[in-house]
Amino acid sequence: MADESSLSTLRSHALKHVLKLALLGAVAVGLSAGQAFAASAHVAVAANFTEPVKEIAAAFKAKTGHELVLSFGASGPFYSQITQDAPFEVFLSADSARPKKLADEGLGVKDSVFTYAIGKLVLWSKAPGVVKGEATLKDAKFAKLSICNPAAAPYGAAAVETMQALKLDAELKPKLVEGANITQAYQFVQTGNAEVGFVALSQVINDKDGSRWMVPQSLYKPITQDAVLLKKGEANVAAKAFIDFLKGPESRAIIEKYGYEVAPGKAS
Amino acid sequence: MTGLPPDIWQPVWLTIELAAITTIILLIVGTPIAWWLARSKAAWKEGVAAVVAMPLVLPPTVLGFYLLVLMGPDGPGGAIAGLWGGRTLAFTFGGLVFGSVIYSMPFVVQPIRNAFDAIGDRPLEVAATLRASPLKAFWTVAVPLARPGFLAGAVLGFAHTVGEFGIVLMIGGNIPGSTKVLSVAIYDYVETSQWREANILAGGMAAFAFVVILTMMMLEKRTARIRG
Repeated sequence: MADESSLSTLRSHALKHVLKLALLGAVAVGLSAGQAFAASAHVAVAANFTEPVKEIAAAFKAKTGHELVLSFGASGPFYSQITQDAPFEVFLSADSARPKKLADEGLGVKDSVFTYAIGKLVLWSKAPGVVKGEATLKDAKFAKLSICNPAAAPYGAAAVETMQALKLDAELKPKLVEGANITQAYQFVQTGNAEVGFVALSQVINDKDGSRWMVPQSLYKPITQDAVLLKKGEANVAAKAFIDFLKGPESRAIIEKYGYEVAPGKAS
Repeated sequence: MTGLPPDIWQPVWLTIELAAITTIILLIVGTPIAWWLARSKAAWKEGVAAVVAMPLVLPPTVLGFYLLVLMGPDGPGGAIAGLWGGRTLAFTFGGLVFGSVIYSMPFVVQPIRNAFDAIGDRPLEVAATLRASPLKAFWTVAVPLARPGFLAGAVLGFAHTVGEFGIVLMIGGNIPGSTKVLSVAIYDYVETSQWREANILAGGMAAFAFVVILTMMMLEKRTARIRG
């Protein structure tokens, strides 16, 4: 009998032990699963930021495991789409007006708006020696000058401001061709259909062959590019983590590498 | 927000002009192709038919991309543009016409080919026994018999050119009065949140599409009655 009872206590001990272990195991698995369980976030990105954001997304994934689903386009249509319930959770605009407007309209999370990059405008040609500063615009020895739609994309607006500041807008108007976004404005120059074009520095920073003129900051209003966490992404860990990551040193280094300025005093 | 922008109708006229010119060119170029496709016994005929039909399935961005490269200064388009001192065929009305002809070709060639196919050999053999030359037989027998096909081809070719978007966006450059057609103007208005203007043009397009489809269906009914 004694044997039996000791056996049963032993058994219940063992059982308790096994249960405890199982529980621990479950917690451990749960924890690690929780960490490995990666969310994903939909991000609408202004076309000029295409290359840097791809690199940032890769670094972000390596660090957090979260996946970003990136859509590229002009800021204007993105704004329209977001007002019509598009499934974006974060919006990296090419301007500061649209993110602010979204926050004011209740479609963006208040106080989430911040400047992630300050864009630089360049006059660019794929041929060497074509662009030689301001004189290239004054002499206008080209048939077509490409810009992106100034009403929908801030780089287009900056290009128009530059031409106005140089008092060349009326003269150059007949030579303008317009891309729907900055990628297309760049394409027109890249395929040679336009000899020169106003593009984002980030697009041509790694291009060694062409010729360029960094448009002086005095000729156009700074292209302050703001990000906003959208209401749709408010509950998404990946979306919030991405906003934080975008403010961090890793992202800032990538952003600067592509020729953007980073807003001062925003380092976290 | 009162009153319409004065230039809202410019893209409409430009689009009608583009569609009309494209349709006329396609009737001239497309008819011999359709005839050959209907009558030829060549083995590689269906290969040509497939090439003509490709714009039906290709995304307009694919055509737009190739056209942008072909029309540029390094492509054949640049050489052609050089004839009148230009550098590129892109960003011109002529370039749009060229792109539209390629894009809308299947919509014109296919109905005409079908109509020629439906005639069969018999009427032409009869014409030949009555000593009509092949050319005379074509004009006096085949063309009148294929009239519904020509009508359908013209209507579809016109309508598809009016509705074209991807190609003109990629090779047009959005130049008012020259390449800013209806579909691009609508895109522009939506982009800049001018929804009233977008609504007017888009609503007009929807009504136009309805009329076109209705016309086509009535044409088909009439053709069926004639054949029956």
